[in-house]
Amino acid sequence: MKGIQMDLISSDKLERLSSVEKIRMILDSVEDGKIIVLERGLTPQEETKLIEATMTKITPGEFAGIEIESYPGAVHQSWFDKLRKKPVDRARLTVIGPADQLKMLKRDRDVISAMVSAR
Amino acid sequence: MGIIKKIRKNLSSAFNKIFKRGKLHRIGIYGPPNAGKTTLANRIVRDFTGDVVGSVSDIPHETRRAHRREGVTIESNGSSITLDIVDTPGLATKIDFQDFMAKGLSEDESRRRAKEATEGVIEAVRWLEDLEGVILVMDATEDPFTQVNVTVIGNMEARNLPLLIVANKIDLDDSMPSRIKSAFPQHPMVPISALTGDNIDVMYDKIAEHFG
Repeated sequence: MKGIQMDLISSDKLERLSSVEKIRMILDSVEDGKIIVLERGLTPQEETKLIEATMTKITPGEFAGIEIESYPGAVHQSWFDKLRKKPVDRARLTVIGPADQLKMLKRDRDVISAMVSAR
Repeated sequence: MGIIKKIRKNLSSAFNKIFKRGKLHRIGIYGPPNAGKTTLANRIVRDFTGDVVGSVSDIPHETRRAHRREGVTIESNGSSITLDIVDTPGLATKIDFQDFMAKGLSEDESRRRAKEATEGVIEAVRWLEDLEGVILVMDATEDPFTQVNVTVIGNMEARNLPLLIVANKIDLDDSMPSRIKSAFPQHPMVPISALTGDNIDVMYDKIAEHFG
């Protein structure tokens, strides 16, 4: 059967991985043409590291980068959380794929609509 | 405003006045490519120093190196704030050299620009760690729910640093700054046109209030 592989990664697995391992896993998979769905989103710091790592992998004509979309994090922090500088909870679903195969159609606070095409 | 929030704000303001007087705040101008970051940086620097920061173009990733302008004093409503302003390359998760060819550049030039653009994004990401606040520029004609916007906002929230969202290009008929406000209601937002200067004084008030 010809198709596109999609890996859905549980939050349990993600919790066991270090940030470096997560980014390596994501980029290796996306470079292979897979679509990755993370049950638990990356932290903001991991997102910037992923962007940085992606830029080093971009090769004109071969790999154009990634498409990544996640829901925005929760917006409600109590004043006590802010006082303690508790980070905003960003544990939300994230979809990542090759930029030339995954196209986001629409996204809002609770819905991501995407189209996946074969290479 | 709740009483506790008021007390905290007053305490914070008093602390800043006592301990941070004269301190330069390093503020980064961030956003996706072609949101109008350099146009805004030029507008701010021109209004208060008479100079400009960089060139602008409708080709994405025109800014491929961060430019810092030190000691820009913004005066607003009788108060003033002195900032180091860092105009950063557009943040992106993908850069396709064919997008540059579609804008009329040669293949060689497009490949070179794509390579430089990737380096620019890395530089912009690294600058995030050295800033004390961010002006996030969004194109008010575009969908605000982009990963770049979510990532920049998330980083500022995680570090508890001030963020001001600027909804740019309100001079265009299809701009919808209200969409940006409803997407990120937890942060202050000011609609402007960096190109025409519409509402720019309100933005200066917000900058003085928010980063002061």
